[in-house]
Amino acid sequence: MKQPAVGQSMDRVDGRLKVTGAARYFADHQLEGMLYAALVCSPVSSGRIAAIDAREALRAPGVTDVISHLNAPPVPGYKQETPNPKQGLKIFHDDRIYSNGQPVAIVVANTLERAVHAASLVKVTYNQETHATDLYANLDKAFQNKSMKDYLRGEPDAWKKAPVTVEAEYNIPLEVHNPMELAGITAHWETPDKLVLYAKTQGVKSVQQTLKNLFQLPEQNIVVHSLFVGGAFGMALRVWPMEVAAIIAAKKVRKPVKLVIGRKDMFTLVGYRPAAMQKIGIGATADGKLTGITHEAVAVTSPYEDFTEAIVGMSKFMYACPNVNTHYQLVPLNLSTPVWMRGPGEATGSFALESAIDELSYKLKMDPLQFRVINHADTDPEKNLPFSSKYLKEAYEMGAEKIGWKNRTMEPRQLQEDGWLVGYGMSSGVFSAGRGKATASAIFGADGTLTIRSAAADIGPGTATAMVQIAADATGIAPAKIRFLLGESEYPEAPRQGGSSTVSTVGSAVSDVCKLLLQKLGEMAAESMPAFKDVKPADIGYEDGQLIVTGKPAIRAGFREVLQHRQQPELQVTATSQGGEERRKYSMYSFSVHFAKVHVHPATGVVRIKHVVSVADSGTIVNAKTAGSQMIGGVVGGIGMALTEEALIDHRFGRFVNNNYADYHVPVHADTPPTDVLFINKKDPVINPMGSKGMGEIALIGFAAAVSNAVFNATGTRVRDLPITPDKLLPNVKG
Amino acid sequence: MNQFSYVRPASQKAAIDAIFRDNTARFIAGGTNLLDLMKNGVTAPEKLVDINRLPLKDIRFSNNILHLGATTINSEVAAHPLVKTHFPLLSQALLAGASQQLRNMATTGGNMMQRTRCSYFYDITMPCNKRSPGTGCGAIGGINRMHAIFGASDQCIAVHPSDMCIALAALDATVIVAGPKGGRRIPFADFHRLPGNTPEKDNNLGKGELITGVEIPANPFTRHVYYLKVRDRASYAFALVSVAAALDISGSTIRQARLALGGVAHKPWRLYEAEKMLTGKAPTEENFRIAATVATRSAATFQHNAFKVPMAQNSIITALSKAAAI
Repeated sequence: MKQPAVGQSMDRVDGRLKVTGAARYFADHQLEGMLYAALVCSPVSSGRIAAIDAREALRAPGVTDVISHLNAPPVPGYKQETPNPKQGLKIFHDDRIYSNGQPVAIVVANTLERAVHAASLVKVTYNQETHATDLYANLDKAFQNKSMKDYLRGEPDAWKKAPVTVEAEYNIPLEVHNPMELAGITAHWETPDKLVLYAKTQGVKSVQQTLKNLFQLPEQNIVVHSLFVGGAFGMALRVWPMEVAAIIAAKKVRKPVKLVIGRKDMFTLVGYRPAAMQKIGIGATADGKLTGITHEAVAVTSPYEDFTEAIVGMSKFMYACPNVNTHYQLVPLNLSTPVWMRGPGEATGSFALESAIDELSYKLKMDPLQFRVINHADTDPEKNLPFSSKYLKEAYEMGAEKIGWKNRTMEPRQLQEDGWLVGYGMSSGVFSAGRGKATASAIFGADGTLTIRSAAADIGPGTATAMVQIAADATGIAPAKIRFLLGESEYPEAPRQGGSSTVSTVGSAVSDVCKLLLQKLGEMAAESMPAFKDVKPADIGYEDGQLIVTGKPAIRAGFREVLQHRQQPELQVTATSQGGEERRKYSMYSFSVHFAKVHVHPATGVVRIKHVVSVADSGTIVNAKTAGSQMIGGVVGGIGMALTEEALIDHRFGRFVNNNYADYHVPVHADTPPTDVLFINKKDPVINPMGSKGMGEIALIGFAAAVSNAVFNATGTRVRDLPITPDKLLPNVKG
Repeated sequence: MNQFSYVRPASQKAAIDAIFRDNTARFIAGGTNLLDLMKNGVTAPEKLVDINRLPLKDIRFSNNILHLGATTINSEVAAHPLVKTHFPLLSQALLAGASQQLRNMATTGGNMMQRTRCSYFYDITMPCNKRSPGTGCGAIGGINRMHAIFGASDQCIAVHPSDMCIALAALDATVIVAGPKGGRRIPFADFHRLPGNTPEKDNNLGKGELITGVEIPANPFTRHVYYLKVRDRASYAFALVSVAAALDISGSTIRQARLALGGVAHKPWRLYEAEKMLTGKAPTEENFRIAATVATRSAATFQHNAFKVPMAQNSIITALSKAAAI
């Protein structure tokens, strides 16, 4: 028996394409007669467009058109009745300005430079209205919509009666999606009712669905290509108004139009992690048993959509605590709509919860790891269900051993190395292990190759590589003979790549379609091959690319032989896969544990992370190499959240002031320490055929708290407002 | 970005003429800052005069003076054996700036000509007296965490962004300039300006004047030097505060001290009083602490940058201690 492909550190199937530049991203596609677009964006944050003077822009060399609400072709899906303020931003539909940076016109020209220059010549005047962009100055506008239910288990605010308590406020700033690849789209109306798109998306099918409704076209008349994505992290989970702008422009000029937005527009046009204020009250008995947790959160949204996420979710079930209540509200501000950003709400919430747990452990004079173990939830206290699998205690032990947790002192400021204070911190992370519905088709050729298609995405984790490994094990066919194709809307339906569920969802469909393929091959053999004449299809199995028969070792046939015997060039099957009853019987989560060792310079407040250990309990690891890279990527994102990232708005103008790579600090290599990624790698017996839970989100969830907790251990200063910049750690300074 | 013409004159004189005759023309060398400014619409020269092919690339040490040509590139200067041996402070400061890719393009002259990184200066929808005199200062009353604590005016509180220039200020460099009326030498301390009522002027170059090089006299600061840059991430970030510290120590006495701060003023901020205070004293933490207090006496802060005063003090003590190796 061959070694299974799942579990191998197989190289990426598209690695060569990526490192040689042969992989084509959305902006790499050059279409015949293609024009280039640039946006004109509002410098005011609220009000109405009074006038647009495009004369000078239209006179500039190479300019084809300037399109705005004054001359845009109508979008049939925009509802014409009384505008409901929560219907999203209908671009170029009317004169309303909801936020700074909102596109008010799009310029189309025959080169990018000419489009950009002409955009600067469009003169727009505004009737400005008062705006609000400061969360803290607008807390009185906080509200809950119908989907935001308060949670209560046991008694509300029970923590207040506990002998040992912590009550604290934690703040995270607005964080911006800043993958290297900029956002945009190339739109081409091949005919007045057929739209072809080269998109940056986490789900080609979801783009197709959105635009089907917006432009009222038959599904098959919208073709979406998205073969490679240069980082997305949640920002490409929906169709943005700027993409609709490019589609509108292409319709009007009747030529393919490419739009790639600028770096500054990444702050205003593709969502962001909403700024959030959180309050935690938490209490325990003197021997460290949690008695109550209260978690309240207020986060930012736009005037025209309510964006909600699971900020307070983790507090409901992470620890065995009899009394928990949560409360979550939104404040609408003159900003664009937020979107999921890796880890999404759980990353925000875990910073508060896992910091508060740490704070309480110091009050208890108890090792924070020990404190977490004491309060380990053996079953899900929120759903009252057993976990499908949970190896969190093992993860704590593995991580502690690797980081050298025994070197940590309970008392802060006890350790120094080379004149720097040393601290150790830890935290846990958790994210729902999902399994959605997906379809895959498989074509087995008489040449021995297997091609599987599904409209999945690869925003970086190595989707196709994992799918090839899963298919190799499901069929016994060598990985080199298998291709997995994704990123085309014409392929069988797959959900968006988000919420750490691609391996679980699409991998299950791949596994199922492979099983179906073998079953069909067996049936075909039983039906037509003489050796299989008296064999029941149910007795046919497979081994190493051959059909075998239970109890009759002499009878076998290669998969190719079955087709060749029938002179059939290929066999195609399609299977749809989704979870069943198990989700009602089990609570399914992936878990992570993060450990950080930090240095803090006592005089300047500079923090350097010296060592990170992240442990993932995410079931079977399909590919340790790509999974390891994914975890390291999450850690780097977590370093940004902990130490460097903060989008700054000048509230007088409602405008971002650090909207570029120089001033909005994503971590650089020098900020990124040696990172050990450890996997529990134990199969989840329930979730899906592979036993794989997700891991994209848990890589980041909790990480910021591990750093903050380590900084406290080093300095005795608790930073509750991210990011932890040097000024916040200077002695005797108020930030 | 506007349309512009591009010329590459064969001689220094032709380059100077091209600028002198045309108010909208600008010299370009590495372009690492100018291109950003043009893309953002902060500046819109109608002509770029490329000086990269002029013979201004020499690095030589003669008559006890280091001469750096204006178009020597930052990475080359930082790595040059003469610089590392005789002027290690300059090498350290250069390596603290920007990223390797930028240092491979940026030149000595261009580095001096860098404009501030104040957000309000870069965003043409915002008020900024430096970009558009008379429109007001966006940073006063705005987000001013990165801004000046010394020498600011009610017109402008922006800071000078260079690291290299902080070392050049500490090392008493001289800027060599050629112009339509001939050449002149500008002491480094007089090259950059404070904002006063003319924040649009970063420096004292006259119309058509071209930096051809910079000279640094030999000095005893070869051993006890340290360039400390405190920033929000480990690389590729502008200074919150930076310190160029150089000591000439004999036995247990400081014979001479040089001290300059970056990230705190509209120009490299030389700390003459603190230098004087340290002269003749022992290199002790206590003396460094006194020097740090002296150095920050005239600091005035804004809403978000009060931290820069203790950060500057602590950084001065740290840099001096590192330089003295105590």
